[in-house]
Amino acid sequence: MAVDSLAGNAAVVAGGEMVTLEVFRYRPEEETEPVYQAYEVPVHKDWVVLDALNHIKDHLDGTLSFRWSCRMGVCGSCGMMVNGDATLTCATFVESLLPGPIRVGPLENFPVVRDLIIEMNDFMEKLESVKPWIIRDEEKSLEDGAYLQTPAQLADFKQFSMCINCLLCYAACPVYGLEPSFTGPAVIALAQRYNLDSRDQGAGERNAILNTDEGIWQCTLVGECSVVCPKDVDPAAAIQRYKVSSTLQWYQKLLMPWSGK
Amino acid sequence: MSANPQHTPYHPRWYRASMPIFWWMRRWIHARFILRELTSIFVAGYALVYLLQLRALGLGPEAYARFLDLLRSPLSISLHGVSLVFVIYHSITWFNLAPRALALRIGDRRVPDKVIAGLNFVAWISISAALAWVTLKG
Ligand code: SF4
Ligand code: FES
Repeated sequence: MAVDSLAGNAAVVAGGEMVTLEVFRYRPEEETEPVYQAYEVPVHKDWVVLDALNHIKDHLDGTLSFRWSCRMGVCGSCGMMVNGDATLTCATFVESLLPGPIRVGPLENFPVVRDLIIEMNDFMEKLESVKPWIIRDEEKSLEDGAYLQTPAQLADFKQFSMCINCLLCYAACPVYGLEPSFTGPAVIALAQRYNLDSRDQGAGERNAILNTDEGIWQCTLVGECSVVCPKDVDPAAAIQRYKVSSTLQWYQKLLMPWSGK
Repeated sequence: MSANPQHTPYHPRWYRASMPIFWWMRRWIHARFILRELTSIFVAGYALVYLLQLRALGLGPEAYARFLDLLRSPLSISLHGVSLVFVIYHSITWFNLAPRALALRIGDRRVPDKVIAGLNFVAWISISAALAWVTLKG
């Protein structure tokens, strides 16, 4: 099987057709400003942009740096700007972008370490800050067995759990570009993933971080995050629903100060 | 935080692109978003006219008649025409976004986005029609 797919890769669409890839190059030891470098790449029917980049790396220019791993839309490491769109390069066919040239750049709104590689510590720190794990007031002991959950309860948050941390939503979010302090789409969606989990009791703790200007309230509902998300997480919906529920909570506190938390 | 690291041979300089002022002109979807934000001014304008009208009503019949005259001026009518277009744009984009904020469930199934947006549109159009009927009839 594996051999078959390799053979398939050799099938050139039209006799020797080539396409130009203009690739963002930034080599900090050589240049202070990035440049675009053009490479001629053969057109193959079943090639995605990532295959074209690997062709460059293997045959044309071994110094080109980029991240990838699974080649099947699961690991979330191959996100780049292709012709200005934030996209997984392993899920974007070269054929759909012909005749080219195809412009490939690093994800926007992040510092670039080298070529197509961005620095994502900011995201990792924000993700950790919202405690993306199940929080219990009191843990059950092992003898008491597992925390049970019905399919309907699972359905409440499942969509938000599909996130692969590819950061396309951050690259597409102009609010994050303008205000890097914004917690951002995926982190809020992942916080909601736990808030909506019937086994979790940490919504109050997360609320302290998210019900702030830098949390949900900086979002102006541009909606691009949900458009680019390859996993249909719909982070825009997660944020808007969070806004609705914290507004309701605020009114509840105002009108019924005695009503618990 | 790691936002401003020390650049050493082992921590080479990062490249940071800054966002141009006209970032929203680069993509149609962003331009559409900025346009939606701008239409809020016209929505506020409508609200203001309404408040002024209430004030004129409170000041007595003459003041109210003067106010109505003002509303009939060509300038006011053309301003209202422009506002109407923007307010309709605002409403349509807003109702299209309603499913983002509302996750309704009937039994085990999510109510589809189209139904939620559709219900908003139906409510909007029927309330507007009812109001128009009451106003124009009088
Ligand atoms: S929410 Fe979607 S676009 Fe954002 S990181 Fe997760 S999978 Fe990627
Ligand atoms: S290489 Fe894993 S998502 Fe593209």
